[in-house]
Amino acid sequence: MYEILTGPLLWIAFAVFFVGLAARVVLYFLGLDWRLDRVAYKPHMAYGLKGAFRSVYRWLLPFGTYSWRAKPIFTVMFFAFHIGLVIVPLFLEGHAVMIRNGLGINWPAMPQILADVLAIAALAGGLGIAVRRLVLPEVRILTDFKDIMLLVLILTLLASGIIATYHTANYSFWITLHVLCGVIVLLTAPFTKLSHIALFFCTRIQLGMDFGIKRGGMKSNFDW
Amino acid sequence: MPEGTICNKRPVASREDLDALLADSNGKKYYAEMEELDVDAEKLWATIQKTMKSRTKTWLDICAHCGLCADSCFLYSVNGRDPKQVPSYKIQSTLGEIVKKKGNVTNEFMRMCMDTAWSKCTCCNRCGSFCPYGIDMGVMFGYLRGLLHSQGFVPWELKIGSGMHRLFRAQMDVTVEEFVDTCEWMVDEALEEWPCLEIPVDKEDADIVYMINAREAKHYPEDIVEAAILFHVAGENWTMPSEGWEMTSLSMFAGDWEACKMQVDTVYGAMERLRPKRMVATECGHAYRATVIEGPYWAGRPDGKPPVECLHYVEWVAEALETGKLKIDPTKKIKEPVTLQDSCNYVRNAGLRDCGRIIMKHIAEDFREMAPNKEHNYCCGGGGGFNGIGRYRKQRNVALKMKREQILATGAKFVIAPCHNCWDAIRDLEEEFEIGIRWSFLKPLLIKMLVVPEHLLPQE
Ligand code: SF4
Ligand code: SF4
Ligand code: SF4
Repeated sequence: MYEILTGPLLWIAFAVFFVGLAARVVLYFLGLDWRLDRVAYKPHMAYGLKGAFRSVYRWLLPFGTYSWRAKPIFTVMFFAFHIGLVIVPLFLEGHAVMIRNGLGINWPAMPQILADVLAIAALAGGLGIAVRRLVLPEVRILTDFKDIMLLVLILTLLASGIIATYHTANYSFWITLHVLCGVIVLLTAPFTKLSHIALFFCTRIQLGMDFGIKRGGMKSNFDW
Repeated sequence: MPEGTICNKRPVASREDLDALLADSNGKKYYAEMEELDVDAEKLWATIQKTMKSRTKTWLDICAHCGLCADSCFLYSVNGRDPKQVPSYKIQSTLGEIVKKKGNVTNEFMRMCMDTAWSKCTCCNRCGSFCPYGIDMGVMFGYLRGLLHSQGFVPWELKIGSGMHRLFRAQMDVTVEEFVDTCEWMVDEALEEWPCLEIPVDKEDADIVYMINAREAKHYPEDIVEAAILFHVAGENWTMPSEGWEMTSLSMFAGDWEACKMQVDTVYGAMERLRPKRMVATECGHAYRATVIEGPYWAGRPDGKPPVECLHYVEWVAEALETGKLKIDPTKKIKEPVTLQDSCNYVRNAGLRDCGRIIMKHIAEDFREMAPNKEHNYCCGGGGGFNGIGRYRKQRNVALKMKREQILATGAKFVIAPCHNCWDAIRDLEEEFEIGIRWSFLKPLLIKMLVVPEHLLPQE
């Protein structure tokens, strides 16, 4: 099982992930239309890009926006969850070894202790987000089955990875589960809400341009 | 019944159509007919496929259902944090469902969508600035309104409003002759106090063309004279067009995009005919948004700009005060605590947050900011057509509560509201809740505080 998962299937999953997300980004920008969106993108590109940069940058910054500051607890959970999910898979020693062996590139890795802290923080953040989803009426009303499944998938991915690191008796079970979840994430990302990995940047750029060009960006910058 | 006699998919095309609508008191017959109106699912879906591209599609698609937008919506807050008022829920349960069902929805569903689109969202666009993805429910509700309008599911007053634009190129039945007459007799009345005052009509190549909200011509012509006095004192070379003077667009609230284009083409026509250097718009947020921000796109102008540079009244006043064209007598500054309503339309959606502060610095000694303010200010409670729809009066009155709390928290009893719609909402707020406030446009205040040059005063 583990061999199949980490063999060709993994490479297929990566291909689906990167090609799929790239396609979604390309389709997104091709589908923008100055008439339908009512934003003159091209003639005011410089203002647009400035607005886009500000809107992406401010939202990537913890507490960088009015909205993040208005919801400090959610913001902490959100960033713990996302930082862990982005940084750990990229620079974990175990992953780096796989990349070095598989691709022959000298991939950097982070200290295990940092990876542990980030991964546990991500798990805690994710659990917090799940609890919030179930407890707050304003979030519960929005929640559907797919939202729950997605959270379960990601939380399982994180938890199994953390448990496997500690080489418990059932290492092979946990690592297999971990890789399985990872493969599912890679395979489904372009077709589910996980596509926000790439589309977040697209919609933020678009709205940043909207404010930068049309909604007053030529007079004053929107203070996100 | 596929179509009613007054509630149907056809826009108002003649005086008779309009009169038939107006004759129906409170839209009783209109709404009764609406219950029988057929939904043309095929056309609805075809329109969606043609007009719903990347932006809206992705917005509907990737909403994380995180609920971060909930508290950003004043309607959610004032309605006891009703989960059904969460912006994301409001749009997913209406537009989202129509899309999911490929337009196969019932009459009842469409009426629910109408109630949601016009009584649960003022298109203030505040939520959009609180969503991590920048999903803007205000924009999407504007889109939904367009779909609903095309199927005849639009509040009675707004069908009338956009009909007025179609017939008169104004939100009210004011003709070119009536408008010019109004300007003339208003000036005649003011001459005693302001000798040499004029409202130059159709002057070509002036520095400024001044454009207004039709309600000024119809209901408060003194506003036009006040603008004339201020231009006069500032020594501006200005004019008003006899045709194309109306900047508002109830058709924008109605989602009648065709009427929006007809209206704004008339306004741009006036600009092109008179070739002014700049246009100054009266104190109205939605008029400014319609003519300056959205209008260029309705008219199909690829640069997204009107034919001449356009200023909202707060921009002109700020500039006139800063350059000394208008001088304020320091002893006449407002002494009591005073606060300022930031209109969503020209502050959040047009970047004019600083002008108001510049003006307050010149005219007020104790200016109190609302919290939140500037681009994060809340809608007055009556935007997006909400103020004018009888069917939703109750909901609108609840919506006023947020502004009531904001104003009370400043401790000021005086509110400056340089936006017609906000002004109305604040007036109704006082009527409804009696919190003891007064409210004003800028023009009458400025006139009271001006230093008037000797030669403009009446000679004894
Ligand atoms: S904040 Fe944005 S992503 Fe979250 S529920 Fe609201 S619209 Fe959806
Ligand atoms: S646009 Fe304004 S009124 Fe509409 S949902 Fe968003 S915050 Fe609420
Ligand atoms: S009425 Fe004023 S505050 Fe309300 S939406 Fe319109 S411009 Fe904004």
